[in-house]
Parts: sequence; C-alpha cells; structure tokens
Amino acid sequence: MEKHIIDIRNVSKSFGEHKVLKNINLYVKKGEFVTILGPSGCGKSTLLRCIAGFEQATEGDILIDGKDISDVPPHDRPVNTVFQRYALFPHLNVYDNVAFALKIAKVGKDEIRKRVSKVLKIVGMTDYEDRDVLSLSGGQQQRVAIARAIINRPQVLLLDEPLAALDLKMRKDMQMEIKEMHKTLGMTFVYVTHDQEEALTLSDTVVVMNEGEIQQIGTPTDIYNEPANAFVADFIGESNILDGIMLEDKRVHFLGKDFDCVDEGFEKSEKVDVVLRPEDIYILYAPNLAGQFEGTVTSCIFKGVHYEMWIVTDDKCELMIQDYNAFEVGSRVALIIKASDLHVMKKERLTNTFDAVMVDSNHVEFLDTKWECLPQEGISGGEEVKVHIPFDKVDLMDTVEDGAIEGEVRFILFKGDHYHLRVRTTSGNKDSIYADTKYVYDDRDLVGIKILPQDIEIER
Amino acid sequence: MKITRFLNKRSSLGIPYFLFMLCFVVAPLVIIVFFAFTDGNGHLTFDNFLRFVSNPKDLNTFVYSMVLSMITTLICLVVGYPIAYILSDSRLCKSQVMVILFIMPMMVNVLVRTLATVALFGWLHLPLGEGALIFGMVYNFLPFMIYPIYNVLNKLDKSYIEAAQDLGANPVQVFLKVVLPLSKEGIISGVMMVYMPTISTFAISELLTLNNIKLFGTTIQENINNGMWNYGAMLAVVMLVIIMVLNMFDKSPEEGGSEMGGLV
Repeated sequence: MEKHIIDIRNVSKSFGEHKVLKNINLYVKKGEFVTILGPSGCGKSTLLRCIAGFEQATEGDILIDGKDISDVPPHDRPVNTVFQRYALFPHLNVYDNVAFALKIAKVGKDEIRKRVSKVLKIVGMTDYEDRDVLSLSGGQQQRVAIARAIINRPQVLLLDEPLAALDLKMRKDMQMEIKEMHKTLGMTFVYVTHDQEEALTLSDTVVVMNEGEIQQIGTPTDIYNEPANAFVADFIGESNILDGIMLEDKRVHFLGKDFDCVDEGFEKSEKVDVVLRPEDIYILYAPNLAGQFEGTVTSCIFKGVHYEMWIVTDDKCELMIQDYNAFEVGSRVALIIKASDLHVMKKERLTNTFDAVMVDSNHVEFLDTKWECLPQEGISGGEEVKVHIPFDKVDLMDTVEDGAIEGEVRFILFKGDHYHLRVRTTSGNKDSIYADTKYVYDDRDLVGIKILPQDIEIER
Repeated sequence: MKITRFLNKRSSLGIPYFLFMLCFVVAPLVIIVFFAFTDGNGHLTFDNFLRFVSNPKDLNTFVYSMVLSMITTLICLVVGYPIAYILSDSRLCKSQVMVILFIMPMMVNVLVRTLATVALFGWLHLPLGEGALIFGMVYNFLPFMIYPIYNVLNKLDKSYIEAAQDLGANPVQVFLKVVLPLSKEGIISGVMMVYMPTISTFAISELLTLNNIKLFGTTIQENINNGMWNYGAMLAVVMLVIIMVLNMFDKSPEEGGSEMGGLV
C-alpha cells in the first residue's frame, strides 16, 4: 500500500450556520502534487487552512503521516504554507524572512547561512539577501515566500493561490518553476487555485471542489476527458453541455438526432447530460454529405491559435466550436461529432425534491415557506411528504417581491437552448432550488422564486 | 475678471488656512522666540538662557518633570499595550463598545477628570502628592497610549501572525518577533502622545499635589503670571525644543506613517 502523507477523514467545517466544508474525504500520497481546484468561495482555502492548523475542523480528523493532528497547534505541524499575498514580514529583509523558521528552531548561525543561500539559489534569488521585502516585485516576493516555506524541509508544502496576484506571463513562468521545484525537492505539494489551466498544468492529481463538496478527484486528463458531472465539465475548460436521452448502450439522442457514443451502463431512455468540447466538433461548409447535422454561424472571433465560433443548429440550439479555420458569420455549416469525442454523464438530479410537511389540504411547507398546492385527497395536516418540482416549472421573477421567496443565483450552466440555474434561497437553511430558464441571469443576481400550485407534485 | 480667476485657482483655496496659521501659530511662536532672546527693553540677549542653566531650582524642576513624564509614559505603555492588544483581538473583544469605553475619557475635559480624581482620593482617604500625581497623569493620558497602538494592531494583517505560527513560532515568539516589531509605529506615536503633554502639564500637578509639587509647566506659568515675560518665554522655548526633538522620532520610515499609528 502506498503511503498516505495526508489523510482527511469526514472533515466538515462550519462558520456559524454556514457549512463551508461538507464531509470531505481525501488522501494525498507522499511526494504527490495535488491541486484543489474550485471557484471562489467553494471552501478550498478553508480546507488548506484546516491542514495548516489555522482553522479547526468542526467534525472529522486530519492525519499527517499517520498521526491525528487535530489538536496540534500550527507551529508544531510538519507543514509550511506559501500564503496568497505572500505575508512576508515587512520589518525583516529577505535573508531574515527566509531564516525566520531556522532562527526560531535555534539552528546554528553557520548552518542558517548555508541553508538560506541554498534555498535562495533554488528560487533564483541569490543576490537579494539584504533587500527590503517591500522593494521586491510580486514575482520576487513570491520566490522569497517559497524559499521561506521550504527552508525547514516540511513534509508537506501548502500553497494557497500563490500565483493569483501575478500577471499572465509571470504566472506561466512561475508555474514551470514550481513544477521544477516539486521534482527537485521531492516534497508533497498541496496547491489551491481557482485557475483550471494552472491545475491541469501542474498537478498529478486534481481535486475539484464546489460549495464545500468534492466533485471529482482524478488525474488532469481524467478530469478533462471524463468529467464526473455538469459542474466539472463546465468549470474545466470550455464545453457545450446539452440535455440528451440514452437510447441504449453506445447510442444517445440529443440535438434532435441519434448519435453513436462509447458510454455504457445507463438505463434505457435515461435522461443524461452530453458534453462536447468545442475543439472536438468538426466543422465543414454545408452541404456536405459527411455532416451529421447542420447549422448557421452567428459569430466568429479570432482567439490567437484558433477561431471561436457560435453556431445555431436547426432546432435552435447554440454550440461553441473552436477551429483553425474561420467560417464567416451567416454561412451554413455541416457538423460532425465522433463517437469517442462525446462524453455522456449521469444527471445528478432530474427534478427538485424536498422534504415537506402538509399544513392543510391545499398548503404544503418546504424551503421554510408555506406554498399553495392543489387540494390533496387523504393527506392530513402535519403529515410528512416529499414534493417534486420540475426544473422548468420554477419561475424566476426579476422583481424579488413577485416571488414567494427570495433566492440568489449561484451557478449558471448554459445548455444550448436554455440555462440551468442553481438558486440558493436567502432565508432559513439556505437550501437550493434548480431552475431551467430561457432568460439570462448573472451570478449572484437576486430573484423571486414562484411556483404555481399545479406544478407542485406531492408524494407520500 | 482677474479677481475671479485668482479665486478659482486651486491654490487660492488655501489662503484662509494660511492666514489662520500665520495669526495663531506662526505669530505667537515668533513672539515667544523674540521674548526669549531679548531683555525687558527689547535688546538682544542670551541672559534668559544663562539664567535658566545657572538656576538650580528651575533646572531641578525641569529634570524632575522629565523623569516624572517618563515614569508616566512607561506606566501608560505597560498598562496600555495589553489593553490595546485585547481590544484589537476580535476573539477576545467582540464588541466595538469596549473600544469606545476605553477611548471615552478623552472626550471629557482634563480639569473635570482631575477634579474627579481629587474627589476620589479624598473619598478613599488617600493622601494627595507624588503618587496621586502619577496616578492622575496615567489616568488622564492612558487613552492617548491605547488608541494609536490599538489602531496599528487592528490594521495588522493577520496573515503575518499566521505565517509566523506556520514557521514554527509559539505564541510568545509570535508576539516578540512579529507583533511587537510591527506595532512599533503605534508605540512611538503613543509615547509621543503621552510624553509631550505630560511635560507641559501644570493643572494636574497643582490639583493633585495641593500645589506641593511643581512641574516645569507650573514654573513657566508662574513666571509669565508674575510679569517675567522674557524668562518665561525662554523656558517655553526650551520645552518646545525638547518636544520638537522628540517629534523627529515619530517619523515613520515609509510614507503613510500617520495612517499606521497617528491619532489624528
């Protein structure tokens, strides 16, 4: 069995009512480069802070090298951190910043000098020993921060979005250097970022997080080619995510047509999500006999290496396509999708389902609100039931007061001809409801949520 | 329309303030310095200064005042720093009300507070004198020590503390190696804010020692009250020089020093 340097078991963390981490289970192998990837506010930094010891997990255990460190204060943990905004001590120069950990550990003067110059050499900052840290550029401060964190030879190096503050060119260079350092040092790196490209470039293993939960753990190629769900597919790279129906093994129906695929093991007629990477769709001028379906180009933008085009298919579905050749706006095109290039994912949910309580024969309470429903025969008040509401029956109102409750748009997924939104209610337990809509909303928009009585299906 | 253009110029907006400074800051200073270096007939002379350095009584008062101010400042620092630290720590001090309670005494007039102290000592049957004086000065000037230190600690980026912990520093080491050096600006500001007014105080000493202990401020006041304008002015100049010299320490190395620690 390979050695787990970090073992995170059933870790949850709440700040007051708000659950930031929900039952996280994760292990990191010795010497591995693991990236925790997710949008801002997904709990990835909190998880890192739990490992470093700046936050205490509300539930669960964190083991480092087999030892439970839940009660070990940060200064006794065998990990070091590279902070997001570097946190270099402004009252110390480069040398004293880097030597800080060794001076605390009462290492001899000569030994300190030797080790400081060694790590400064590793990060390429040899001639900067006497410089004031505030006089350094962002990239240089970053290097000093790394030097300071690795000088004590920690078992695990934690990096909290270390490149977020650098410009693009600098970031690319530092990515390569960090990967190089990981190889040279042989330490375990746990790296937190919201930049999917950075995660794919650097890591051995990527952990995708959203809303305090792990969505998928896998190698960069797995994550990209076989996303576990619509969130991962949407977050990693560009994708077209469409609603489809599995006809049989290796046969899926979407865009009004039947396609061959390589996916198996779904129920017959199961509703699924189909992922098409924009670079995987072949585009030709129509008419072309090889084309599986046709569409019209609505926009074409030069992106440097390729052109990014939006196509409207004949059944009014929009697709993004990347190709080395430009197709003029307005031209008819034929499109081909190879079986191995389309990826079918199980839908996480097919409808909204809530635990509810009947108030009286035509009122039901869920999402901390009383809703009117059709009169129910034989279900008495106070009885616990389940309610189902289809995604497209959840009406979102621009004027919050027009809805029965208020919600905040937290996740938007474009499905070709409609948007699939997750709306988090702003009151009570802040539960989420999912809605399909034709209208465009932005992340964090406030909306009113309205559900008609006939759209609430009640199950005992 | 020359006049409107002149008035609309950005620099013209400063004229009222310039005039105010001229009348109420520069002119009095010039007058004090003029009196300090002249005799009663307006002739230039150094006699006032020589009289001060050859007068053991006034020199003694001067040294005594300096020492007493230092003691007061030291006590304020020792008492004020922990208070500022606790107030700035959101885990220990959850409410802003606590901060206001500690700063509130600054809003009450010095004389009112001092008279209250006298009454308090009387009620507790404690003798007035040197001890009461030091107590009174600490009580009066403690908020001036707390506030600048609180300000600096409050703005201190918590990631420095976390970085130090991360690098193996225990709580004591975190304080000595990171928090204390990074709150230096606040300490210097606080020391200035306490030391400078305590040197020149006279009302507090009169009230809290029943006029038994004379401080340098009292000496100046007595001389001027007794018509010895030139000598009194020289004593004031001596004090101003001391304050100016001390003030030079209050310059922070980087810009934004007043934002770091200043009270104003």
